[in-house]
Amino acid sequence: MKFLRRFFIRLSNLAAGRRADQRLREELAEHLAFQTEENLRAGMSPAEARRQAVLKLGGAEAIREDHHAEQSLPFIENLLFDLKYAARMLRRSPGFAFVAIATMALGIGATTAIYSVIDATLLHPLPYPNPSELVRIEDDLPGVGAQNVNVSVPEWKDLENSGIFQNVALDYFNSGNLTGSEQPTRIALKGVTPNYFAMLGVGAQLGRTFDPGDNTPGVILEVVISDGLWKRAFGADPRILGKTVRLDNDVYQVVGVMPPGFRDPGQTSEERNTELWYPGGFTAVPFPPPLRNSRFWTASARLKPGLSMAAAQAHLDALVDALKKQYPADYPAQEAWTVRLVPLSESVVGSVRQSLILLFGAVGFVLLISCVNVANLLLARASARGHEIAVRQALGAQRTRLIRQFLAESLLLFLLGGLAGIAILFSVGKFLLRLVPESLPHMNDISVNWGVLAFALAVSVAAGTVFGLAPACLISRYDVNGTLRQEGRGSSGTRERSRARQILVVSELALSLVLMVAAGLLLRSFWDLFKVPLGFNPSRAMTIETWLPYPNDPKTDIYSTATQEAVMLREVLRRNRALPGVEETAVGDRAALPLGHRKDDRNLSPLIREGQGVQSSQPPLIDTSIVSPEYFHLLGMTLLRGRLFVDQDLQDTPSIAVINQAAARTYWPGKDGKGEDPVGKRVRLRAEKPDWTTIVGVIADARTESLADASIPQVYLDIYQRPARDLAFFLRGQLDPSAISEQVREQVQAVDAELPVFRAETLNEVLSTSLSVRRFSMEMVALFAAAALLLAGLGIYGTISYLVNEQRREIAIRLALGAQRGTILKMVLRQGLTLAAAGAGVGLVGALIVSHLMAGLLFGVSSNDLPTFAGVTVVLTAVALAASCIPALTAMRLDPITTLHSE
Amino acid sequence: MKDKPDVLQGTLALMVLKTLDVLGPQHGYGIARRIEQISGDILVLNQGTLYPLLLKLEHEGSIASQWGASDNNRRARFYRITAPGRKQLETETSDWERTAQIIERFFNVKAEELP
Repeated sequence: MKFLRRFFIRLSNLAAGRRADQRLREELAEHLAFQTEENLRAGMSPAEARRQAVLKLGGAEAIREDHHAEQSLPFIENLLFDLKYAARMLRRSPGFAFVAIATMALGIGATTAIYSVIDATLLHPLPYPNPSELVRIEDDLPGVGAQNVNVSVPEWKDLENSGIFQNVALDYFNSGNLTGSEQPTRIALKGVTPNYFAMLGVGAQLGRTFDPGDNTPGVILEVVISDGLWKRAFGADPRILGKTVRLDNDVYQVVGVMPPGFRDPGQTSEERNTELWYPGGFTAVPFPPPLRNSRFWTASARLKPGLSMAAAQAHLDALVDALKKQYPADYPAQEAWTVRLVPLSESVVGSVRQSLILLFGAVGFVLLISCVNVANLLLARASARGHEIAVRQALGAQRTRLIRQFLAESLLLFLLGGLAGIAILFSVGKFLLRLVPESLPHMNDISVNWGVLAFALAVSVAAGTVFGLAPACLISRYDVNGTLRQEGRGSSGTRERSRARQILVVSELALSLVLMVAAGLLLRSFWDLFKVPLGFNPSRAMTIETWLPYPNDPKTDIYSTATQEAVMLREVLRRNRALPGVEETAVGDRAALPLGHRKDDRNLSPLIREGQGVQSSQPPLIDTSIVSPEYFHLLGMTLLRGRLFVDQDLQDTPSIAVINQAAARTYWPGKDGKGEDPVGKRVRLRAEKPDWTTIVGVIADARTESLADASIPQVYLDIYQRPARDLAFFLRGQLDPSAISEQVREQVQAVDAELPVFRAETLNEVLSTSLSVRRFSMEMVALFAAAALLLAGLGIYGTISYLVNEQRREIAIRLALGAQRGTILKMVLRQGLTLAAAGAGVGLVGALIVSHLMAGLLFGVSSNDLPTFAGVTVVLTAVALAASCIPALTAMRLDPITTLHSE
Repeated sequence: MKDKPDVLQGTLALMVLKTLDVLGPQHGYGIARRIEQISGDILVLNQGTLYPLLLKLEHEGSIASQWGASDNNRRARFYRITAPGRKQLETETSDWERTAQIIERFFNVKAEELP
């Protein structure tokens, strides 16, 4: 208490500049007067009385200093003084100040920018209370090579009763048509168990969320909407509660509006933008029968408080073993069913973590290089200030005091650099955000907030201290006599300091080599992916999506059979073909969209082959798409064997399928390894349906699932035999992307006015989006590598110039003694090359380590790709040589007479 | 100058507080003089060190000060003890007494008195 009171009074005195000198002077004068009077009374002479009084009082200056130190805070006062001095010194050399501040602004600005992305994604992935308790529950069937196959309703009940979790919620992400407003809109929505929001721990801003105790087995006709939908579709109507909305022709009542910042914890950016949630029991119509192996639902849960992930997983493994014994028919041993807990944050950001960490590492390198560069500049400047320092030391300045002052100078530089960096970040932030791919989780939450500012400040101070301390120590270790005596001879720099500068430059070169190798490898991977033969033709093609409503009551469903749906589809296709510029049209489900998939669109169905393992219930899962006959021709996919779909294939003709080569290779490998002809083979694609589907054709593999993987087994079904709800229309021709969306909407709604039409994309856009995270990290790392190369070039230029300057006497003497100018040039260049070679040597080792760490991000290029490593080394050496050339030429043109005379 | 006041620092504050407590408001010279008198002129103060200490005590809230007129009508700064200062004095006094008692016992101890 007392201490604090004293501290604050002193601080306020310091801040207000309140001084107590006058008061002390008066008090001391009085004191002396009293003492003198008393001395006089004791019989001293006036002069003696005064002298004794002064003696008794003690040293006036020391008292004044102590008194002043008590009045304010000497440490802070000194710091302010140092900073003032530092600012004056910087003003005196604006060129140096500008270069140093700009370098630091680049380093700290870039680091802060990347940190703001990491802050929003990796550090705050889940805006819910106690996020560490939240997990996703994933079933794996390693026995049949299936991962993350969702959870079934009986399994969910077992999990709820296991005692491991506070809540376990099921959900499924979907689309729905919201009708009633001027345009039917398709919105992202989620069916959830009533405890979903209770599990997340978030309440509504208006109204309520669902009642976790509601046991309705089917759909509960209530919805909670997002703040965004509330504002957009309902004009932020405060009386929204109790109003009804029509969703796929069913009427729901709005019971709550979520707060503005609420995001669904989805795995894809689309899912995170869910705008409407409705509850259901998942056990009765319209939900499929709750069978143990009907794993349709995503499960997330909140762990019991205090339970660790490992402990929970152990309990869960025990539960799984017990269930396997209890229901051996549902969990055959071959499937090797397991249940895995994944932190919810991991499932939200897991996919981009590696890219972001790579970026942060890269930007950290840039920061290091800029720090090293500024440290180098500080050292160089110290040579110029040798005289000043020596004089101050000779006058009795303490070494610690000198170090403190140099530290203040470097801190000021780094802080100004940091501030400049933040200012730049603020002014170009909008532009930078446009570079960030939209698929990044929490893309909208990226901002320069207080946490990010604190980070930038902390980085500036830490870097300023670390990289200011070393030069400060070196500088202050001056040999006073030597410096003062030698002043003017130009050889004041010690060997130690030029060694320090060389080490700094070598580390700069090494760091930039590592960055350039990383950038080179990423660039090559990206290029290879970009140039990979697709197996389909995306040019001039577009997709536009719609969604057929799925009413809860099957009797009101006008699209329940393929025949019913076919009427609508054929009519829309006919109308689309008549649109201007359109040459070809086709239709398919969302799974048929090339590369447009998010995880949820991959429609995996079990593939049961006739005559093979019919009894076992663990058929392999295969990617299934539903398409119209024109699809293959529109996308330019080649038929290898058999036939494609034709218009004569209908709901009442035998079911047929087309597979790709990868599927043929995987499932009909043949006995001699040559492969069996799958055409004519019969398969069953849904365990419950008894009818067989005949394979009629095999098409060539195309990278429609993943650019990186050419051979993912796929099966295509005929849309006129198997209806689909999530439809994508495909168009090819001279299309006007801005108008086509409206034109298709008119045609679709002319057939059914209730249908929404959304997300018109060209296939080239889809292709480009699928590469966006890769492109982003490649571009960023390349940018950082370029910055690093520039900084390293500057660093080596500065160091060689400095060396030349130090050696100019030596060079002049050599020249005077008849040395060839070419020899001098070679001598200087050799110094530059030696540094470059040392930097490259260290850098190559570092680059090998880093490239192996980032192997997971590479495609088609090995992590010790010789051309990349060699090319980068050549570039670095060339830059180092070019940077040494300017000082080398200066050295060569040195006039020996002037130089020797001037010293 | 460096060693002696360090030893004195804590005790000097106590002496100042006690002096102000017993004698009421005093100016700086008065305090210095009283301390010397009470100590029987054994303790010779470097009187100037008193002023930074007074400022410190004032910052800590143990004493307060204001300008006033002395006996012979000079303008002088008078220091008086505050309520928190009195409390501090009390605790420090008892602390000192306890310490002194313990030390005294050690000085008076005789071998035959120990069991």
